[in-house]
Amino acid sequence: MGFWAAITGRRRAVPPRLDALFAVPSAAITLEASLGATPTGSGSVCFKSAQGAAFAQTTEEILALVRHGAENPEVSLSQDGFGFTWLVVDGDPADSSDLCTRLHATNTTLVDQGFAEGLLCTLVPFRLPGGASFGLVYLYKQGTFYPFAPEPGHAASGGRRDSMLEFQVRDVLAAEGGLPLEADHSRWLALWGAPGL
Amino acid sequence: MARSRFLKDTGLTVRMTTVMFLLGGLFVVLVVALMFMMPPQYAPLIGLLGIGVAFFQWWTSDTVAMKAMRAREVTPEQAPELHGMIDRLVALADMPKPRVGIADSAMPNAFATGRSPHRSVVCVTTGILQTLDAEELEAVLAHELSHVAHRDVLVMTLASSAGIAAGMLTRMAQWGAVGGDRRKEGIPLVIVALLISLVVYAISFFLTRLLSRYRELSADRSGAYLTMKPAALASALQKISGQMNATPDRDLRAPAAMNAFFIAPAVRGVSLKTLTSTHPSLEQRLEQLARIQTELGRPD
Repeated sequence: MGFWAAITGRRRAVPPRLDALFAVPSAAITLEASLGATPTGSGSVCFKSAQGAAFAQTTEEILALVRHGAENPEVSLSQDGFGFTWLVVDGDPADSSDLCTRLHATNTTLVDQGFAEGLLCTLVPFRLPGGASFGLVYLYKQGTFYPFAPEPGHAASGGRRDSMLEFQVRDVLAAEGGLPLEADHSRWLALWGAPGL
Repeated sequence: MARSRFLKDTGLTVRMTTVMFLLGGLFVVLVVALMFMMPPQYAPLIGLLGIGVAFFQWWTSDTVAMKAMRAREVTPEQAPELHGMIDRLVALADMPKPRVGIADSAMPNAFATGRSPHRSVVCVTTGILQTLDAEELEAVLAHELSHVAHRDVLVMTLASSAGIAAGMLTRMAQWGAVGGDRRKEGIPLVIVALLISLVVYAISFFLTRLLSRYRELSADRSGAYLTMKPAALASALQKISGQMNATPDRDLRAPAAMNAFFIAPAVRGVSLKTLTSTHPSLEQRLEQLARIQTELGRPD
């Protein structure tokens, strides 16, 4: 927020950073090697939908685009309690780069249609051998990743987070160094009821 | 090629910067006029004092406002929905998270204050939590967060420093503390200083109110673009203003000092309404929101 923004009373819209998403496949390999965590094959983009015809049209466009292709993943839309829309892509667990390509297609379509402001985060869920799961979350505006691990059985309603697991995941990813990680813990949004967890 | 759905509003920017420029000019005029009338070292001192008082108001704005509204800070555990909403909005806008407060008041209102985006507080009343639905509340919070992002507390207190200096001067003239360099002929300098400061005070009063209305429109605009739901803010404003007018004046007297920072003014202007109100009229605000809605909804 610069001097000019204050004078003119204009908040500068923060452009989302989209390309970091392609670092997820290599992070998935790291997570599997050190924690035994495997991707569940699904992934989602969380965005704010705008009012009006243009956004409805854009959503149709995205659905057509993401469903397109040989792998034919399951694609669904859902709303959460905060008024955000989740687009969930359910594909092949072994092919996380295809998943990222599809999520990226969603993002670029939103940006192209002028809805870049509404992009909040992407969540890629992982499952541990013991049955616990966590999500690798990417914040578009900050351009950083963080782990979100709800305690088993509380993912939907909201409850406690498994901070130990979150820090473990963060440390593993930090050691590998491929992903920009969110240093400010107050930005580690709790995403209760996120699809796929 | 990414398109932008941001509506340019050059007119508003021009009007706003003009008003700020005039307020700055007014401050200079006051100081220069005083320099001619009294021992020249006094005038800059009074100017500095005015800025000093404004600075102090700005520096302590968050704690003072919270106390004045009898608001308490709430933790994420105490108000999970409110915090969740603000968390998401600050993540979208990529700004630091303000502290969150709730004031026990039936009057549906919200305000944001604080010296900088890093040290600010967003406060809602229990009345607004009961009146609005989730989408409308989010729109109101986005409006308040825009005030924080625009540094409106800083801009408004700085803008009022000419008025503050003139007000102090009026007091000093009453005590006979100024105008020491008495000349033989003409009207006593005390009277002249009093007149000048009164005029400056009056002009500054109208100009700051005008500026405040422009800042409100800007915050509406930024807020609507943040949630991408201008209609939600519009319906929130309609609900709040409806309630404001229905609420008896007696209950509204206490928060009057805080009006400039509220989302909707808590007192009805009786005379000179349009000139002295801190907020633009509901029609003006709805018109702007309708224009944004059209732009957001326009298909290719």
